[in-house]
Amino acid sequence: MINKVVTDADEAIRDISNGMTLMLGGFGLCGIPENCINALVKKGTSDLTCISNNAGVDDFGIGLMLQQKQVRKMISSYVGENAEFERQLLSGELEVELIPQGTLATRCMAAGYGMPAIFTPAGVGTEVAKGKEVRNFNGKDYLMEAAFEADFAIVKAWKGDTAGNLVYRSTARNFNPVMAMAGKITIAEVEELVEVGELDPDHVHTPGIFVHRIFQGRDYEKRIEQRTNRKAEREI
Amino acid sequence: MLDKDGIAKRIAREIKDGYYVNLGIGIPTLVANYIPEGINIVLQSENGLLGMGPFPFEGEEDPDLINAGKQTITTLPGSAIFDSALSFGMIRSQKVDLTILGAMEVSEKGDIANWKIPGKMVKGMGGAMDLVASAKNIIVAMQHVNRAGESKLLPECSLPLTGVRCVKKIVTELAVLEIVPQGGFKLLERAPGVTVEDIQKATAGELIIEGEIPEMML
Repeated sequence: MINKVVTDADEAIRDISNGMTLMLGGFGLCGIPENCINALVKKGTSDLTCISNNAGVDDFGIGLMLQQKQVRKMISSYVGENAEFERQLLSGELEVELIPQGTLATRCMAAGYGMPAIFTPAGVGTEVAKGKEVRNFNGKDYLMEAAFEADFAIVKAWKGDTAGNLVYRSTARNFNPVMAMAGKITIAEVEELVEVGELDPDHVHTPGIFVHRIFQGRDYEKRIEQRTNRKAEREI
Repeated sequence: MLDKDGIAKRIAREIKDGYYVNLGIGIPTLVANYIPEGINIVLQSENGLLGMGPFPFEGEEDPDLINAGKQTITTLPGSAIFDSALSFGMIRSQKVDLTILGAMEVSEKGDIANWKIPGKMVKGMGGAMDLVASAKNIIVAMQHVNRAGESKLLPECSLPLTGVRCVKKIVTELAVLEIVPQGGFKLLERAPGVTVEDIQKATAGELIIEGEIPEMML
């Protein structure tokens, strides 16, 4: 079996250079590749184009890269409560392409499936449609959206084996599987790296063929953005 | 006049047994608290979960388990988890029966705007553009007027659109309205204590009033 293991995040991102395009998995702060983001912040790689549903928060995740002005362009679906992201967007310091979330996922998927473009109804008649080809199928209009091209896809999984097979946990799966398939080079950081044979082939979410480098991450913070609780049963 | 929970409660009466439902952020999230007894539904969260359960008890939060509003949640027996592309596959192929979301503006043609105020505020569209472009049935939960007292039910939206001719029904603090195919807000119900004149005053788009307008049941 082919061994994809690298020692750590620094080694995994060693050849990511200024001006490259990266895909980063995660939804909000859930399932983000914390180790690789921290390594990129430490390395100071700049002029990056980042494809990621969100841009972290002010002081965590991709937000750290925005603070350091490492990002030239963000391609995302949601700014939300990230004040620094919104500030850089409104002031024009950061180029931002906001696109529908399903379009974002499907443009990743198209890249991973080897298809140059997809047609989606999302954004027809809105400013998202500007400059895009509209095609009518069975009486309904669709936008043609091109597959993404990314130099690196950086994903986070729960478990992975030395051959690069990945298993995700809960909703930390989100964009990670489609991005894992879409990078020219895909880096996977996992909470637990196991030997080949330890993952049930029936349970593998991302086959190792898509993964070029894998390492066991450490010190996962897994910050919660909106801690929301229900009242204790007796209080209801 | 209804408060936010009142709007959520009224919308909950639109939900039928066996529905798969996607709830947006804000008032729509509250709808889950008012699903009538005996109605079994499955909540879809577009970040990759079918069968969203209630919020966790304190101390039982799982950072890997959140909804599309990034709130900690739980799963239920029978829940399923999947990736983002598959999630929007079930939305685009109309497996989700009902989408409930908030809006900044709705036009009498059913256009909706809810993601951006140019130069002032950009939240992003998230999954809303995909949802409104594909959903079979869309109900909007919103305030009838903004803080300045200006109507948000307009002849044309002034803000950048999220989707065109897609909204079917609107529930506000004042009324339940339906968008009719030829355009216009058809008044279906009044909120308790609200008159047709109050609603007329708060509606800038064409309001269609036919016969007696009943007060809504909650």
